[in-house]
Amino acid sequence: MTDDIARELEALATTAPDSLTRNVLIATRTGRFYATVGGPTGDLLIGWSSAGIYAVAPIGELARFLEVYSAGPLAPIPQQLPTPWQRQVAAALESGKLGRLPVDLTGLTEFQQAVLRKTLEIPPGQLRPYGWVAREIGKPGATRAVGSALNKNPVPVLIPCHRVGRSDGTVGRYAYGPEMKRDLLRAEGLDPDEVDDAAERGVRFIGSATTNIYCHPTCHNARRIKQTNRVELRTAAAARKAGFRACLVCRPAAAA
Amino acid sequence: MAKATGLVDRLAVDVDWAFPDLVLAYQDRLYSGVRSFVGSADAEDVTQEALIRAHKALHSYDEDRIRQLQVSAWLWTIAINLCRNWARTRSRRPQTVQLTFDRPSGDEAADEAIDVVMLDGWKQRLAGLSEAQRVAVVLRHVVGLSYREIAAATERPVGTAKTDVSRGLAALRKIISEEGTL
Repeated sequence: MTDDIARELEALATTAPDSLTRNVLIATRTGRFYATVGGPTGDLLIGWSSAGIYAVAPIGELARFLEVYSAGPLAPIPQQLPTPWQRQVAAALESGKLGRLPVDLTGLTEFQQAVLRKTLEIPPGQLRPYGWVAREIGKPGATRAVGSALNKNPVPVLIPCHRVGRSDGTVGRYAYGPEMKRDLLRAEGLDPDEVDDAAERGVRFIGSATTNIYCHPTCHNARRIKQTNRVELRTAAAARKAGFRACLVCRPAAAA
Repeated sequence: MAKATGLVDRLAVDVDWAFPDLVLAYQDRLYSGVRSFVGSADAEDVTQEALIRAHKALHSYDEDRIRQLQVSAWLWTIAINLCRNWARTRSRRPQTVQLTFDRPSGDEAADEAIDVVMLDGWKQRLAGLSEAQRVAVVLRHVVGLSYREIAAATERPVGTAKTDVSRGLAALRKIISEEGTL
């Protein structure tokens, strides 16, 4: 009889409604959430939690985003961005600079984090080769690894991996297709076709005949050089041999 | 952070980061137990409040205190208090009868209706027990806590928790046998 009672009581155990989980995580702000915001080249998904922004993806990737970022039965919850972040996110997308927005890179290796942090230093509308990032973070041999770290950037656009291109100077590939990369650069005022044309002609650096300084072609110092003073250069060695010194801003020496 | 790390260690490192894991690990048992005390209509609200209070409390604890938590017993200390408050405000307020229900249709509705009838029956029987016995019986047999956890949750000795459970079951047996003779 007592066993029967115990068994009947055990049958009262049930599962909590989904709305309970959802409401608790919203009230405590501890869940994974996402919002849709207008980006420079179309709507973007922004995934965020109390630890910061953990994902950015084009709106077309929603299904994959929900699949990748579900924790067990718990999918990210659609929510408005926290009020203090709304302005910061809009400003970051507008200016191309992350500012003080918290980005959550938990789960990435130190190398991947170093690559992404370095990428943040590239100004909007400029392009650096993979090899430049590798050299700058003290891993000159890791050009390919830089490429794959950037390909796995969880927060593209906000961390501007679209500003890193191939070592031959062309714009190159992008996790969401090369066209999105070119559109992002265009939105920042850089013409990707011009970049590719110059690269295909073998131009890797631009020197100034008046200052004797050479730069990456998209460095703002290179773009200020008057047409008549522009010297197209194919290698850093050739530049040095011709008497140029490396720009201190874009540090082309790092690209070898 | 390794997956194998225990929940309290992860909470100690970062409350907000690990809290969803706590919710997922305990919400079903918490909800089941709370529902036995307060019934289906308010179980979700009371459980939600308990988890929100737990989150707030965790933020006020230092790392060592979090590492030493017996999560299950601690959550129940919070939840039992809320159930007690619920009963108190409930008895002061006039009871209203809900006439319309938003319920799913079809088989699910039928299952749920059976569920509600069964739950209501048990809720009434449990109401015939002393509070200590009711809490002990539910924590032991609906939620599945150990006697040690029940003792910790109710801040009573383990022996008392055992006695409460066995006397509570005996009382339930009596209530059920009396139902049979009606």
